[in-house]
Amino acid sequence: MKNEAPRHGGAGAGATAMAPVFEGEGRKKLDEVLSRYPNKQAALLPALWMVQEAHGWVSPEGMAEVAEVLGLTPAYVKGVVTFYTMYHQHPVGRNFVQVCGTTPCNVCGSEKVAEAFLKATGARRLGETSPDGNWTIIEVECLGACGFATPVLINDDFIESVTPDKVPELVARYNAGRS
Amino acid sequence: MGYPHQPHPKETQVISKYFGDAGAVSLEGWKQRGGYQALQKALGMSREAVTEEVKASGLRGRGGAGFPTGLKWSFMPKEVKRPHYLCCNADESEPGTFKDREIMRWTPHQLIEGVAICAHAIGAEVAYIYIRGEFTEPYRIMEKALAEAYAAGIIGNNAMGSGKRIDIHLHRGAGAYICGEETALMNSIEGKRGNPRIKPPFPAQAGLWGCPTTINNVETLAAVPHIISNGAEWYRKFCLGNPKSTGTKLYSVCGTIARPGNYEVPMGFPLKDLLYDLAGGPLPGRKLKAVIPGGSSVPILTAQEAEATILDYEGCVAAGTMLGSGGVIVMDDSVDMVYQIMRLASFYAHESCAQCTQCREGTAWTVKILKRILGGDGKPEDLDLLLDLADNMTGKTICVLSDSCAAPVVSGIRKFRSEFDAYLKRGRAVASA
Amino acid sequence: MSNMVKLTIEGREVEVPAGTSVLEAAKLAGVLIPHYCYHPSLPVAGVCRMCLVEIEKQPKLAASCATAVAEGMVVRIESEQAKKARQSVLEFLLINHPLDCPICDQAGECELQDYVFQEGRAGTRYSEYAKRFNPVEDFGPDVLYVPNRCILCTRCVRFMEHVADEPVLNVSERGDRAYIGIHEGQKLDHEWAGNVVDLCPVGSLISKDFLHKARAWDLDRTASVCPGCTQGCSIMLETRDNTVVRVKPRPNPEVNRHFICDEGRLGYAWLNRTDRLEVPMVRDGGGKLVASDWDHALERVAEVLREAKEPWLALVSPGASNEALERIMALIRPRQGRGAFRVRTGPEAPLAGVNDLKLRAERAPNVYGALAAGFTREWEQTVAAAAGAGLVLVLDESLEGTDGKLGAAPLVWLGTTLPEPARARATVALPIANMAEEEGTFRNVQGRDQQYLQAKTAPGLARPAAWVLDRIAAELGATAGAR
Repeated sequence: MKNEAPRHGGAGAGATAMAPVFEGEGRKKLDEVLSRYPNKQAALLPALWMVQEAHGWVSPEGMAEVAEVLGLTPAYVKGVVTFYTMYHQHPVGRNFVQVCGTTPCNVCGSEKVAEAFLKATGARRLGETSPDGNWTIIEVECLGACGFATPVLINDDFIESVTPDKVPELVARYNAGRS
Repeated sequence: MGYPHQPHPKETQVISKYFGDAGAVSLEGWKQRGGYQALQKALGMSREAVTEEVKASGLRGRGGAGFPTGLKWSFMPKEVKRPHYLCCNADESEPGTFKDREIMRWTPHQLIEGVAICAHAIGAEVAYIYIRGEFTEPYRIMEKALAEAYAAGIIGNNAMGSGKRIDIHLHRGAGAYICGEETALMNSIEGKRGNPRIKPPFPAQAGLWGCPTTINNVETLAAVPHIISNGAEWYRKFCLGNPKSTGTKLYSVCGTIARPGNYEVPMGFPLKDLLYDLAGGPLPGRKLKAVIPGGSSVPILTAQEAEATILDYEGCVAAGTMLGSGGVIVMDDSVDMVYQIMRLASFYAHESCAQCTQCREGTAWTVKILKRILGGDGKPEDLDLLLDLADNMTGKTICVLSDSCAAPVVSGIRKFRSEFDAYLKRGRAVASA
Repeated sequence: MSNMVKLTIEGREVEVPAGTSVLEAAKLAGVLIPHYCYHPSLPVAGVCRMCLVEIEKQPKLAASCATAVAEGMVVRIESEQAKKARQSVLEFLLINHPLDCPICDQAGECELQDYVFQEGRAGTRYSEYAKRFNPVEDFGPDVLYVPNRCILCTRCVRFMEHVADEPVLNVSERGDRAYIGIHEGQKLDHEWAGNVVDLCPVGSLISKDFLHKARAWDLDRTASVCPGCTQGCSIMLETRDNTVVRVKPRPNPEVNRHFICDEGRLGYAWLNRTDRLEVPMVRDGGGKLVASDWDHALERVAEVLREAKEPWLALVSPGASNEALERIMALIRPRQGRGAFRVRTGPEAPLAGVNDLKLRAERAPNVYGALAAGFTREWEQTVAAAAGAGLVLVLDESLEGTDGKLGAAPLVWLGTTLPEPARARATVALPIANMAEEEGTFRNVQGRDQQYLQAKTAPGLARPAAWVLDRIAAELGATAGAR
């Protein structure tokens, strides 16, 4: 159980180099993952997470690499990737923000939290990366922390009880730390 | 990491006893609090004896369906001819529900202990805990706890010296509500799209990789060590209402309410007390308008109905709704019901796996009609159309996602019709002006 | 009979093997339960929900494709509940369907059109909303995907994954955004990929070859056998104005289930050749082949045959019918005769998911018929023996590569065309029908004799080879008797 803590977002919009993921350490990690399952296909979700951790998104090349190491076809892998909304099919900003927007949070004002993120980061609209490449804000369906409205995922940091007034400070903290 | 509120005197804390107690997270801390004695005891019992004890306790599935847990375990073949698997459903994707997250964050070893006991009872050597992708923090905590449990020999090839192999692996989801449905979850573990499967065959016959599989919710499994330690009789006594509903249950109270959070009370507890005493009632100056008691998939109750509802499987059915996952979504008089019902329908339209026609097309169409009504362009016949679509989407598909989209629409229109009518009238007013 | 189950479907009692689905049992009872995703040659998906039926004592409607029969089961297909469910599925499928039937190749053979006509709503309730739009995609050599018409039944995906064992198609995205996807850089170019066009119940996967060629209701359909290889798949030859315009598989559980390969599907152009031998031709005193008529030509053949010394040789095509081959053999056998054939070969292409179904290496339909009739594969030896033969009979063989090897004996040519070696060498050349223009049988690799019917008329004076050979035999007998 040496899997690293899950991570996404990260590598950033500028990252173009698509180094193979399943070589050296990556291969070792994949082998450890494979040992948990009776067949290779079952390692598909973990392998895709590894690709996203390495590249910041799951590119067609990344899907092809996963297909290759797991003995699947790229088309099959793509069908799976497009089912799960947390796999980025396109590059995203260095900081990827997911604001819960489902009813329990919505009645507590989650839409204002999303707006506050847009305002504080300069991203023009939900889903569109800010001009400096630092921020992509999206509204997501239920994050499973409804009692802590509004929960927000910034990269892999799960932040509870975010209100619009807390957003500028949060954004500043990530801007200082990450870019 | 702090817990947002103190335990309430009216709570009966079994599973949530150590929520907010940072000391309970580690293996050492868990052992100091009596941890893993139940597993030790269970490993000394026969598979059948463990299952019988759980059956006798009356424990029922806490994920939503309320199926008797011991009975489910007893469906597993007596002889292990092919591998048996256990899946722990930690997808917790039902809007309004956030109890499993807290179990994993504060008491990861409580869950591991429950998983290990169940694995023993069903003859499984391998268990997977399927954690939704968004739960980054619970994942890290569970990962650390598993490493501790492996290092201490509690699980692994020789679990607690019993000679039994119990391997427990985490499997991380990647953003799909429907993976909380048991067969979709299995597909997801197998590296497939999270499409629900046709039943039969049921998981106990053909689950993961076609092998006999049991799947239980986090809260269900977390209750098991307590039942083994204290006995079925002890557990059965947590019952204020119908004797078919026993034990304690965690309720995730959220929405427009003074003290949102998880509250653990015995089965048969009045919803009114949960809302007004434990969760502090409405926000200052507000009145409750609507409550969805079992996660977003169950019919909406008016405040009046909610105040008369008894929280157990039968009590909720009597009130025209369901206990579901215990996610209690509260809406006060500031909430626009039409808008929120549209948001709920949008959720289901977003999450539909696309397999069944009624769900794929019906959820999206429902959203379009609701948005038209909200935009002032609703037509007088739209409400009847919504109700008819809801009828066509109910009871016709592989899983119940489609039904879940229909439930709030139907109950919303029936119970809050005046709000819909106001939008329809406003549209006409604008049109004639 | 302990493994038989009795049940009642729509008032009719049927007895079927245990394990049969309600949908298949209903077929046996003579009732077709409307469906889209179910296909007897694919794994069950149970997703279109069109085949919902009411089963007594069951609280919910059941998908008949995914429900096994049970003793005493009472199934209702035309109950109010089941009818409403089907009507609602049709309505849901139509809300995003473009209704471009006037320009859709599937029109007339579209299961969405058919069932909507049969029991759909008269009008739409999906007013004023735009329909889902995705651009047309080029999936492969012969397949276009029109996503707007797609009803996501997933037959194509299941075929490629479970039958072709080459999953190049997927379902992409979720909910009403879903569509059939293909990976960049991959093509739907599997040797059996064209079957997805037949499997598609609507006009979403269409054949480029057939694109806008004909309306389905203008086609004539003739049961036939694929002449492409020794597998002998059952096919339907579809013709319009005496021209073959499309080849489709015809279900045959013993040979090809519901499938044919692309080579067989698309290799029909030769059946429409226009450079045909259309009249009997006879070499005149000046050594020139001149047009004649059947009476004169057959008289001339009889003359030649009567005078010919033994042995007689035959060079035949393994694409000829059993009937023609047997008649040739009947002619040559009493004359110390021997006959041979040669076969064009190509790479084998199995269909992984169906036992013993492949595009066979030998690309001719009647190799086994020819062998059974007594012809051999000893082509070179037989050609070499021609120099000393008294007569050479040729049945639709190109004679390519035989220049100068066939000696001086008279050569009677029966062919669909008149290639150069025949033009140079034939004493008499007789025009025959191709396989689409006659009725006959082929023997396939499994030893099955399979009948094909006439799909179009032969050009000019061309006649089926068996008819021609019967006339020759008759002529020979008559003249022999007269003299």
